[in-house]
Amino acid sequence: MKMITAVIKPFKLDDVREALADIGVQGLTVTEVKGFGRQKGHTELYRGAEYVVDFLPKVKAEVAVTDEMVDGTVEAIVNAAQTGKIGDGKIFISELNEIIRIRTGETGDDAV
Amino acid sequence: METDVIEIKYALDTFYFLVCGALVMWMAAGFTMLESGLVRAKNTTEILTKNVALYAVSCVMYLLMGYTIMYGGSDGGILPDSWFGNSIANATAEEVLAGAAADAGDYTYYSGASDFFFQVVFVATAMSIVSGAVAERMKLWSFLAFAVVMTGVIYPLQGMWKWGGGFLDAAGFLDFAGSGVVHMTGAAAALAAVILLGARKGKYRADGSVNAIPGANMPMAALGMFILWVGWFGFNGGSELKVSDIGEANAVADIFVNTNAAACGGLIAALITARFMFGKADLTMAINGALAGLVAITAEPLTPGPMLSTLIGIIGGTLVVFSVVTFDKLKIDDPVGAISVHGVVGIWGLLAVCLSNPDASLSAQLMGIGVIFAWVFGASLLVWFILKAAVGIRVSEEDEYEGVDISECGMEAYPEFVSGTK
Repeated sequence: MKMITAVIKPFKLDDVREALADIGVQGLTVTEVKGFGRQKGHTELYRGAEYVVDFLPKVKAEVAVTDEMVDGTVEAIVNAAQTGKIGDGKIFISELNEIIRIRTGETGDDAV
Repeated sequence: METDVIEIKYALDTFYFLVCGALVMWMAAGFTMLESGLVRAKNTTEILTKNVALYAVSCVMYLLMGYTIMYGGSDGGILPDSWFGNSIANATAEEVLAGAAADAGDYTYYSGASDFFFQVVFVATAMSIVSGAVAERMKLWSFLAFAVVMTGVIYPLQGMWKWGGGFLDAAGFLDFAGSGVVHMTGAAAALAAVILLGARKGKYRADGSVNAIPGANMPMAALGMFILWVGWFGFNGGSELKVSDIGEANAVADIFVNTNAAACGGLIAALITARFMFGKADLTMAINGALAGLVAITAEPLTPGPMLSTLIGIIGGTLVVFSVVTFDKLKIDDPVGAISVHGVVGIWGLLAVCLSNPDASLSAQLMGIGVIFAWVFGASLLVWFILKAAVGIRVSEEDEYEGVDISECGMEAYPEFVSGTK
């Protein structure tokens, strides 16, 4: 099992959610976050003077999947979240030791 | 005239005066909203406290001594006959009727108490101007201590020089509703404060370039502008002092039209000027532009027609954008642009009187500008300096970083949002 964490542009969240639902992903946890990557921050203007916004708003989407679903999930997120411009975000994949469904007590792949 | 007609005219003019005064009082709400919108969220409670407190302090001080200094008479036109006491006096019906019988063209046509009410809210307006310029870094109690001197002595004395029949009035200086007596006066006191106070931390980078510190709440700022705009109809319209015959009613209507036209001209001019200078439509400049138009027309809202009024507003609105940018570069940090709107454009308004009023002279206008500015700036600088030496006027660097809401008031404006935000 893997935990797939995608940091994406906020306006792409709906597309990503639909793409994941289409390939059968059953759950998604989303957090509003701020951060920067190669895009860095950007400058805004107020009364003729610039100010720097260092951290830009992003959405962090976390989805737990079985090993077989990893490639499909990544592909779905990339296709849905990509604009081709700087600041599209990143996907992090990490090992997931255990999953437990609280309602039934199921564990492992059954609980995904 | 029949007795009934005189009584009804007296009632109508008094009523008009009181309603206009209430409109000007409402400008306190406008300043409060405007300033709370243009400061950061961490300084909201303090700016609100300052605004509500300064209104009350102004009214008490004006009652104690300000009104007497300003309208209690002056032999010689420089110093008042008396400094303290209550000069509010209503004429009785017999006195009014006897006056009208003796001279139908010149008799007491409104209540003395209504005059006090109309004047007292002007003082609060002048003091409100100061609070925006020193926002986000001044100690609350030092500010209120200054308010006592400003509204008790500094404002009333120069007000007497013009509106109380003093030497500026005798010299032919014209200021219909107070571009100088109210607005430039507030700005001059603010300028003195800002010079001694210094810029907000973070306003300037290490290399000296300007760093913008955006205000927290643009809806509040926009609301504040419209409240001030509404109040200004009382400010200028009420300064005609009378509405109860055809000539006066026409004059009042002209003033409303001209005041509105100047505000619109100022807003459009500032919006376009900012668009060309910065590449973006800057709402805060548009707001400053509308207020600049209003300040510009305040010295003479009657004699120019609506077209010339629009033009006077346009020049005010253009001036204010350049002025805000220039003061920023000079390290005069004025978070709301009060010194530009009320000071620089106030001077423009006083000069613009010469465009339409045949009684105006450039030399008298320049003399009025020079005298009022020198007195208010000099006296304010002295008071601020004494306060700075005695108790300090600026909060500590740490308090400024945490926000003056906590250090001065111990209370945040939006406590729900504290966790997780900077």
